[in-house]
Amino acid sequence: MTFLTAMFFYLFSGVAIGAALMVISSRNPVHSVLFLILAFFNGAGLFMIAGAEFLALILIVVYVGAVAVLFLFVVMMLDVDFVELRQGFLQYLPVGSVVGLVLLGELLIVLGASIISPEIAGTALQPIPDPAIRSNTAALGDVLYTHYIFYFQLAGLILLVAMIGAIVLTLHHRPKVQRQNISDQVARTKETSIEVKQVESGRGI
Amino acid sequence: MQPVIDLTNLALAYPEMMLAVGAMVLLMIGTFSGEASVRLVTGLSVALLVATGLWLAFMTGEGTAFHGVFILDPFAHFMKILVLIGSALAIAMSVSFARVEKFARFEYPILIILATTGMMLMISAGDLIALYMGLELQSLALYVIAAINRDSLRSTEAGLKYFVLGALSSGMLLYGSSLIYGFTGQTGFVEIAQAITNHGSSLGIVFGLVFVLAGVAFKISAVPFHMWTPDVYEGAPTPVTAFFAAAPKIAAMALFVRIVMTAFEPITTDWQQIVVFVSLASMVLGAFAAIGQTNIKRLMAYSSIGHMGFALVGLAAGNQAGITGVVLYMVIYMAMTLGAFACILAMRRKDGMVENINDLAGLSSSNPVMALFLTALMFSLAGIPPLAGFWAKWYVFLAAMEAHLYMLAIVGVLASVVGAFYYLRIIKIIWMDEPTGSFMPMAGELRLVLGASGLFVIFYVLFGGSLLTTAETAARSFF
Repeated sequence: MTFLTAMFFYLFSGVAIGAALMVISSRNPVHSVLFLILAFFNGAGLFMIAGAEFLALILIVVYVGAVAVLFLFVVMMLDVDFVELRQGFLQYLPVGSVVGLVLLGELLIVLGASIISPEIAGTALQPIPDPAIRSNTAALGDVLYTHYIFYFQLAGLILLVAMIGAIVLTLHHRPKVQRQNISDQVARTKETSIEVKQVESGRGI
Repeated sequence: MQPVIDLTNLALAYPEMMLAVGAMVLLMIGTFSGEASVRLVTGLSVALLVATGLWLAFMTGEGTAFHGVFILDPFAHFMKILVLIGSALAIAMSVSFARVEKFARFEYPILIILATTGMMLMISAGDLIALYMGLELQSLALYVIAAINRDSLRSTEAGLKYFVLGALSSGMLLYGSSLIYGFTGQTGFVEIAQAITNHGSSLGIVFGLVFVLAGVAFKISAVPFHMWTPDVYEGAPTPVTAFFAAAPKIAAMALFVRIVMTAFEPITTDWQQIVVFVSLASMVLGAFAAIGQTNIKRLMAYSSIGHMGFALVGLAAGNQAGITGVVLYMVIYMAMTLGAFACILAMRRKDGMVENINDLAGLSSSNPVMALFLTALMFSLAGIPPLAGFWAKWYVFLAAMEAHLYMLAIVGVLASVVGAFYYLRIIKIIWMDEPTGSFMPMAGELRLVLGASGLFVIFYVLFGGSLLTTAETAARSFF
């Protein structure tokens, strides 16, 4: 790791951790979501350093572009009193930190296992190509529409079902709703929309 | 590896493609002609499922496609035809219910077709990824179908409950899959088996096995992953429950058989313990928990839990006779369940559907034909010879004895005796109790299903031999 990469690594990770802390500690939920977006961007930067440029871009496109915007909508539309929700935050702290410690311990054990039995790494099906020779995006493109065409199509079908399901469960046809009809509006002429009336003086219409 | 599209055996997947494309065409018809097209779409859906079934029945050729992730062997062939029959009948049985209960929606048969596509892909899965994607395609459609009567609180609750617990089980399945991939480096079933044979088993693989089996056991609602079944069965609209009880169970059971018999074949002793436990628990719980039920849909839920336990006895044996027993059990289970649900769908009074077991009182005087067939079905579900249900149990217990699983067979027979109590209670209510009111006349399609299923269980002894031969051919795929 050169000095420059190291510098960027610490920059991205530092900002990411700071932003993540702000997500859970800021008072305004809209600020929380904005900090979440900042954390995502820095995560994407870390992926970039690791040579996973595809993941980095997907993180920005999917999480920042879609998920975070959805969160923003939800936070703004739902009438949740976040101050009330956060009351008694400190009393959950001991349990929360125990859960965190257990997770940390598990992570260390997993890391330890890969040191204890390194042969597991050797059984990987296909070694990831060196990013210097072939970029992630190209390597994925090589197999996604060829070797994995079956899964790709299947994923499409699953998304179709999700779409049908969302419509089936939420769309209500209300007959009395006034809808805007653009073509009707555009097709209006001066004759159909303006009526000239002669008004006698001293009288209303 | 040279990345290429493997289209050499594409023809094997034509039935699935036909279903998927057909579903999209029907969706277009439904969307553009609105609610008026419900009858047309429903009819075309049944026709599509039947046509696919016929195609499969006359299709020759076996093998694998898409680099081995799609398997078509006699077992897959047989189970797929079974699933198609189950789905087609489930759609047909919903017609009159939909008309009367104002639940007619053209998306309903389309979602069933998409779920059926998922089931067929599950049955054909030869790879952990294919397994998961087929399962998700099926489950996602089922969650929506459970909640399809969105104006009813119970239906929505059933859908939500099913969704949350289903997502949990998918999580377990994925966790197990990732462990197995991590410790073998393979996702294909055959390759996993090879890797285990070459490098030996390890704790990680056993952990993965447990989690994968937990995920699959949830889908067949085997104990201890059965909690969702009674609530979902009771809350979902009755035609949906009829569908849930038949086709998805068959697909999930086929998946269960496939994954343990191919991927985990080298560690048979490990998975055998799990299957024996799950089977024992399901049989016992199915027998005892159903006794106190008053709602017939909840009763059928516990009955189906128990029957899954019996079918798993055959799988626990792990020999060719056992797999034959499982295949046969699923055929007979589907015939009995669909017949029973045809009766439940016919439990309609002037003021609406009734679901209480006591509402069947005096059925023998108001509708003797229905009473007769329902009695035959209940005797068969209880496993009284010479009806079909007896032979189903006979073959799985025989296989268990062959595999020296005496404990399992004895507990199974005892559970079957306890279970007979609540089936016989229904028969007693039908024939002995004073009538409390009569049902509306049975709809034509329900008569057809009830008649077919009743004749199937009564005359099973006459044609059971040829069915056994077919089941044996299917089971031979694994040996």
